[in-house]
Amino acid sequence: MHSKTLMREPAVLFWGVVFPLLMALGLGLAFTQKLDTIHKVAVINPGIVIDSANRFESFLKMRTKRATDSATHKVQYKITVKDAKLGNNTYIFERTSQTEAMKMLKRGEINLIIEEKNDETEFRFDPVSPEAHLTYLNLSRVINNNKITTEDESVAPLTLRGTRYIDFFVPGLIAMGMMMSSIWGLGYGIIENRSKKLLRRMIATPMKKSYFLISLITVRSIMNFIEGGLLFLFSYLVFGITIQGSIIALLLIFIAGNVGFAGIAILTSSRTANPEVGNGLINAISTPMIVLSGIFFSYHNFPDWAIGFIKILPLTLLADGIRSIFIEGAGLPDIIVPFFALLMTGVICFYIGLKFFKWY
Amino acid sequence: MKSRETPENLSVVEVKEVYKSFKTVKAVNGVSLTIKQGQFTALLGPNGAGKTTLVEMIEGIQKPDNGDITILGKKWEGHQNELHRSIGLSLQETRFIDKLTVEETMKLFAGFYQLGNERVNEIISEINLGEKRKSYTVNLSGGQRQKLALGLALLNNPKLLLLDEPTTGLDPNARREIWHILLQLKAKSQTSLILTTHYMEEAEQLCDYIIIIDSGRILLEGTRDELLNSDNKKIIEFTPEGSDNDLNEIISGNSDFDINWDENTRKGIITIDDLETELPEFINYLKLKNIQLKNFESRRKTLDDLFTTLTGRHLNA
Repeated sequence: MHSKTLMREPAVLFWGVVFPLLMALGLGLAFTQKLDTIHKVAVINPGIVIDSANRFESFLKMRTKRATDSATHKVQYKITVKDAKLGNNTYIFERTSQTEAMKMLKRGEINLIIEEKNDETEFRFDPVSPEAHLTYLNLSRVINNNKITTEDESVAPLTLRGTRYIDFFVPGLIAMGMMMSSIWGLGYGIIENRSKKLLRRMIATPMKKSYFLISLITVRSIMNFIEGGLLFLFSYLVFGITIQGSIIALLLIFIAGNVGFAGIAILTSSRTANPEVGNGLINAISTPMIVLSGIFFSYHNFPDWAIGFIKILPLTLLADGIRSIFIEGAGLPDIIVPFFALLMTGVICFYIGLKFFKWY
Repeated sequence: MKSRETPENLSVVEVKEVYKSFKTVKAVNGVSLTIKQGQFTALLGPNGAGKTTLVEMIEGIQKPDNGDITILGKKWEGHQNELHRSIGLSLQETRFIDKLTVEETMKLFAGFYQLGNERVNEIISEINLGEKRKSYTVNLSGGQRQKLALGLALLNNPKLLLLDEPTTGLDPNARREIWHILLQLKAKSQTSLILTTHYMEEAEQLCDYIIIIDSGRILLEGTRDELLNSDNKKIIEFTPEGSDNDLNEIISGNSDFDINWDENTRKGIITIDDLETELPEFINYLKLKNIQLKNFESRRKTLDDLFTTLTGRHLNA
């Protein structure tokens, strides 16, 4: 019955199945395609005639193409640096005022400002931003005609399977999908039924309470398998992602993840009958894990003292487990710890949740 | 349970000195009652009288602070499964799983009682929802939803049926349809019914025993006849013309007659024992005071009159 109602809500299918696929596709394309990059740089008008001996001024005059932006009618200088291995870089220099340049910086249109002075050229950028730093380094190399690699050095881009961003991302996405669909589907569903007094009505029959919860969890687990399977199939077809480790290990960690998040969902939804409170509770539990657990970016960028804590979050355990099987070729022994940790989390949360559970 | 007693004497529900409070409200304040087999009982009272709390305690959904409740000779503790199989109920506000059809909802609940499709079909035709069999519950009208709730309550052929305001908010047609289903049930089964309502017509139409409650207490109880026909009092309702000044005596209650004045409807009500002698006296009085009447009727006493006499308020105020 529960599965039928899921199928009849097109929105459930969209958010559960189609949306993760689109996310994988979007982020996958963004990080796998080596597109030509365009860097825009603001050049502040000096208001004085610059000595043509100024190195930057002569670079603009000699090596770039002058053009006028059709929309803003501003003067632009363009140069494209070709690179077969790392992709082409195009730099667009736009002459503008100081205030206009700051505005462009705040909007994120540019990350580098160049001010020409009579005897020198000043590069201004945020030193903490790695991207701005990179633009500055690359550009100054172009202006000064420097090479990074010498004759006996070369660059080899890593396009090996398992090392790309998409290889990192898809296992995390599968883990996150499982968490979201468990906590929302199960937890929110229970809260909604409680607010509708449907739980109250159901337990006024000889229905066994445990059967009711077990049937909900079973249907949700099957849905999770289908969703995860589809996401994997899609990533396999589009990005050629493969499972390098043990399938049995993957199956086990998947089951443990389902148990873990089902338990968390039952605990989350054990008391409240107010869908708005439920909404808040679920967000309070899921959002920090999405941010911390290294789904989109590695959590190793967090401070050291936080990493110990992050590593024991259920979503981290699951995402790291799935990821190690996918890309590191992990086998059964490698996932024993997260397997039992997730299983225990689920069982303990389920037990506490049942103790507190409010049927009416 | 083998009944050694005769069915008429078998009490299905026994409530003894039950109390229940919520924070500052005494919802049920010392209620005792007995429901006999096959008896249709109405708990009649205005909103907030404590009807739902009382019924939910009988249903085992809430626990009394004090007092005893036995159903079919058994307490809730330790007999939950057995009692759940013997009772059927509909809650005051019933919403179902949106995207399940009427038939599927029925089957789901039938499954809880291990009942087959045959029973589901039987009930669907009994509650006259055959046409809506394949409709999602979310698309049902209020009346249809209440019929479905009633159908679910009847699935297991309950010995005791508890309906909490089954027709509140329904239009007269839908209400009559529910009544019809219940009257049919009464004709052919030994089911006992406890029904809460604030519609006196509902209590009068359906129930042979009526318990009037207000502020968590039983004000009055008895069979319909005992309550309404015990005395031979008649009700005279009249609507006079004229300003407050002209009607001063009537409004202030200074006349020789015991007039109950309703300012909202500008109606006066008097209760008289002897129509033949007292009515002409009253007409003479109106003539003497030169009061013209827009409307005048003599009618039988209703439960609302009874409630008004006891509390000074109306049931649906």
